[in-house]
Amino acid sequence: MTSNNASIEIRDLYKIFGKSPERYVDAVRNGLSKAELSKMHGCILGLNNINISMPAGKIQVVMGLSGSGKSTLIRHINRLIEPTSGSIMIDGRDVLEMSELELREFRRNQTAMVFQRFGLLPHRTVIDNVTFGLEVRGVEAAKSRDIGMRWIDRVGLVGFETRYPNELSGGMQQRVGLARALSNNASILLMDEAYSALDPLIRTDMQTMLLELQTELKKTIVFITHDLDEALRLGDQIVILRDGSIIQQGDSQDILLRPADDYIERFVKDVNRGRFIKVDAVMEPAPQSETRSLPTLKSGTTLDAAAKELTNSTQDEAIVVDGPGKPLGLVSLRQITAALSSAVEERSSAQGHAEERLRRDLS
Amino acid sequence: MDWLFKFPQLDPEFLLAVKRGIDGALKALTRGYGQSIEDFFYPLLRVLIFFENTISNAPWPLVVLALAAIAWFAARRWAVVAAVVGTLIAIGLLGLWQDAMKTISLVFTSTIFAIAIGMPLGILMNRYKRVGGVMQTLLDVMQTMPPFVYLIPVVMLLGIGRVPGFIAVVIYAIPPIIRLTDLGIRLVDKEVLEAADAYGCSRSQKLWKVQIPLAMPTIMAGINQTIMMALGMVVIASMIGVQGLGLNVLQAIANQYFTQGIFNGFAIVGIAIIFDRISQAYGHRLQKHRGAAHD
Repeated sequence: MTSNNASIEIRDLYKIFGKSPERYVDAVRNGLSKAELSKMHGCILGLNNINISMPAGKIQVVMGLSGSGKSTLIRHINRLIEPTSGSIMIDGRDVLEMSELELREFRRNQTAMVFQRFGLLPHRTVIDNVTFGLEVRGVEAAKSRDIGMRWIDRVGLVGFETRYPNELSGGMQQRVGLARALSNNASILLMDEAYSALDPLIRTDMQTMLLELQTELKKTIVFITHDLDEALRLGDQIVILRDGSIIQQGDSQDILLRPADDYIERFVKDVNRGRFIKVDAVMEPAPQSETRSLPTLKSGTTLDAAAKELTNSTQDEAIVVDGPGKPLGLVSLRQITAALSSAVEERSSAQGHAEERLRRDLS
Repeated sequence: MDWLFKFPQLDPEFLLAVKRGIDGALKALTRGYGQSIEDFFYPLLRVLIFFENTISNAPWPLVVLALAAIAWFAARRWAVVAAVVGTLIAIGLLGLWQDAMKTISLVFTSTIFAIAIGMPLGILMNRYKRVGGVMQTLLDVMQTMPPFVYLIPVVMLLGIGRVPGFIAVVIYAIPPIIRLTDLGIRLVDKEVLEAADAYGCSRSQKLWKVQIPLAMPTIMAGINQTIMMALGMVVIASMIGVQGLGLNVLQAIANQYFTQGIFNGFAIVGIAIIFDRISQAYGHRLQKHRGAAHD
């Protein structure tokens, strides 16, 4: 329903907080570190040389701990924060070059945002909150009400439209926030730690809902989180930030199987790999002469699900097939178990490093 | 060692010259422009007289009914309505109806003016830091300067009567509404403001759709304070020719009429309670949906 060609190209983005930050961009580009900048000039390095291509219609997760610059980064996409240097191209236009008026139009029509603590207007009912973006845009009341009611229905809040936000639970409030964002029919959805304030169970529900909606809407979603499970579950692409710099980009398999450094290793070690690693990552090429009738597994099946199916069948090998049924490779129970337990091995070898790093990060 | 115990002051003759100079200039200003200043404020005088006549000449049951209706719409509680009606009846029975109407009219008009001037000033103060700094100082002066001091030039320029009384009341009562408008807007949740920006609000949309509504409970507290201070000023204003309950109190002080003093004093208190309950109940109702979100 949304025509979406809104890919986001972030190039050479720097953000330095403090007095006359432009003066220090070159120094930072030439290798001045965050600590040095802070000590010598009293400026804080928010973002350091960020380059990301976010494809249209996909979920791009930006992950990092507090202070890593992830919230700063998402606020550059709709320019709630002014950059110090760099460019952000969306649909052929540089957001950072827009005039105040162009920016306002851009925010009204092309982006919508969901906030960690919801950012709802407490004096407005649910329906009036949901239609806020449309009202700001000047859509007539009856029409925006129709649109609003449709989205209230989609997020499962029918019957609550005349309630006030403080009468709702946190999860329901965030549904209102999501409905408000979706009503805007913008091609880019910015979600700033949207689910971080919610209980774990509700968070999982909300993730499921977002994934379901996304199969149909195909929006360009930028999702900020500090939770690796959430990142792996939602992200078509994942960027990990630390101290304002990107330390790894890739999909969930890259992050899990090839962590770029021991910092990411530390994140990865507590993740239940079986839920996220896919059979595609561990399978071998199928032998051409293979004629035995083996059970099949769909490409993209997680190791957990694959192990379960194989345990229930009489065979201990399976053919991995793509959507139409073309064989892609062969996977055995032994390989699956090895992939699951390699996490444990890697952990013990990497543990020393990771913990030392952790201690440094926390202090 | 004499110099150590006697503070070195400016030459007395010089000080005298300064005082004479300023007083002379003010007198000259009064003589030269007194008439045009009075003409300038004439429309204001008409407005004040209009309100006073409207409320004083209206049939008393209508006034009681109107105030009861206002109380109901502001508070939606019968207890408040009953308190308002009871107080008004008590004032009437004590024979103070006409004077009370004059006082209510003055407090009402000066509060409306204070809101009309004070809220925009509060918004400006919030938006422009420099205005804010100047305004803070000005408000400090207004709140601590004894009212009698600024009554002197007002009386010199405008004589005695309704307009100078009104101006004195407004100057005295306006600081809370300015300060609390500024404070209320400053206290609006950062994330809600960010949401307004993220959805592309223009400045005026942000002000009217987000900042003012969210600041309203605080602004109502300011309006409440403004009303109370306006009522507190009516006795002082009566010294420069404002009629009403304040004048009766002034006479009672001058002639040592204890009972007259206490009746009128209670009538002022009664009116204060009416205004206070109505405005507070309204502010409370505004806050109904603003409690911290339960999660």
